[in-house]
Amino acid sequence: MKYDNRAWLFLVPALAVMALSAFIPLMTVVNYSLHYIFSGSIPEFVGFANFVDVMRDSAFRGALGRQLLFSVSILAVEIPLGIAIALSMPKKGIGVAISLVLLGIPLLIPYNVVGIVWRLFSQSDIGLIAEVLSWVGYEYNVSLDPVDAPVTLFLLDVWHWTPLVALLSYAGYLAIPDAFYRAAEIDGASRWKVFRFVILPKLRPVLVLAFLLRFMDSFKIYAEPLLLTGGGPGNTTTFMSLFVARKAQSYELGYAGAASLIYLFIVIVMSYIFFQLLNKLGSGESQKA
Amino acid sequence: MRRDQKKLQKRYIFLIVYFILLFIPIYWMLITSLKYDTEILSGLTIFPKELTFKNYVEIFTSSTWMNSFRNSLTYVFLNVIIVLVVAIPGAYAFSRYNFLGDKHLFFWLLTNRMAPAAIFIVPFTELFFTLGIHDTHLAVALGHSLFNIPLAIWILEGFMSGIPKEIDETAFVDGYSFPHFFRKIFFPLVAPGIGVTAFFSFTFSWVELIIAKAATITEAKPVVVTLTVGIGAEGVKWGLLAAAGVLTIIPGAIVVYFVRNYMAKGFALGRV
Repeated sequence: MKYDNRAWLFLVPALAVMALSAFIPLMTVVNYSLHYIFSGSIPEFVGFANFVDVMRDSAFRGALGRQLLFSVSILAVEIPLGIAIALSMPKKGIGVAISLVLLGIPLLIPYNVVGIVWRLFSQSDIGLIAEVLSWVGYEYNVSLDPVDAPVTLFLLDVWHWTPLVALLSYAGYLAIPDAFYRAAEIDGASRWKVFRFVILPKLRPVLVLAFLLRFMDSFKIYAEPLLLTGGGPGNTTTFMSLFVARKAQSYELGYAGAASLIYLFIVIVMSYIFFQLLNKLGSGESQKA
Repeated sequence: MRRDQKKLQKRYIFLIVYFILLFIPIYWMLITSLKYDTEILSGLTIFPKELTFKNYVEIFTSSTWMNSFRNSLTYVFLNVIIVLVVAIPGAYAFSRYNFLGDKHLFFWLLTNRMAPAAIFIVPFTELFFTLGIHDTHLAVALGHSLFNIPLAIWILEGFMSGIPKEIDETAFVDGYSFPHFFRKIFFPLVAPGIGVTAFFSFTFSWVELIIAKAATITEAKPVVVTLTVGIGAEGVKWGLLAAAGVLTIIPGAIVVYFVRNYMAKGFALGRV
């Protein structure tokens, strides 16, 4: 392959801005993570001691565990539900535009406003959820009950982001030529088989994308738990971003820096593994089909 | 044929039920914004007994709220401009050239889209203070470049790779200079991609909270921060909060109206 390194010239402006907005801040975090820092005194270099502290901290491991459980459960619901919605959407006519616009609206709401929407919706004295559940005799309280809070947050995320999965799947679904279905029909394929061997392989690229976006973004969830529950009750909705932000705001900079880097490392490695895995699995399947 | 129709009906019932569930929380915010505070707290009403626009009037006459909206719009536009100016040539490099380290650079850029903003709270605050731009619109716009430039390059590269290279070559053979070619031929071809990119940069900058909060105090305080102040305190003005929430949805809706025709194409490319 022949390289043309003049291309770097086109990248100079982008890299200059990225140096300011990404590289320097990241190096600052690295610097923090290697020091003990107390306000008023000179930072002391301690090597990887902060990292050891973080790994031993049960609060950190608790936040990480909750985070993993949360991301896995929203993926398990949003992806199948999104596909189901996409497949039941009309393929032509006025219904297409209506469905697309309706699906687009939740995606346009700022994250913290989503938190406010759900706060208004679930708060025990003003919300609809508590009232409706009290009809069937369930005492729902999002700010005090350690089960209600994470479940509500889960519902919030499914509500907010399933439309994205649906939109992506729909775009992939529309791109399947009609000839594929006719061929399947002639072969006498059942509806399940059509889905399994015609539709699903064709949706692979968009599903990889939906999966990655939802994994990365759910792993960063911050404003929604902050506004809905403030991370409580107890620590039941304190996910990774909230945990790290709290540490940084209480000026435990060394600890926060180390926790941040571990956090970043997990996100990047898992995204990379998912990406490779899904691509490989997908391509194997489409060859079979 | 009959069975097909029944199947179709079942599909649409599922879809309609889903859309109703999707809209209940938004409807709840909308009607809460149109109620008096006493009614909000006095119990559940599906429709306001007494319709009022006083919450909206309060926002439009409050300088805190209006300044916040103005601040947000300013840094969002600034961010979109910075992002487009640097990402268009960057994406061109990735779509047209092979160069040393291109794959690695592309992945590194994307890792910044993955990076959780929470880890940058303190570094950004320090950096902006050092540069003397803390609490300005520029600070927020730069901070938001962290995730918007990678995203923009990613989307634009997809669009640009859809334009055949032969077009570039033909233009150069015809004696076009590079800037002339870029402006007269390439730019119009990639315009839909730029529209989609602008929309996503706009949206992600508009909704972002962590960096916007870290980079500002009072002068450039964005509406997303104003919104969060007071939540959790006693005597929250729920009606006012709901009205402000409704208003934050509007700018995005306006932008989506302008780029609606390009959106489908962007989704089909699988880059957004």
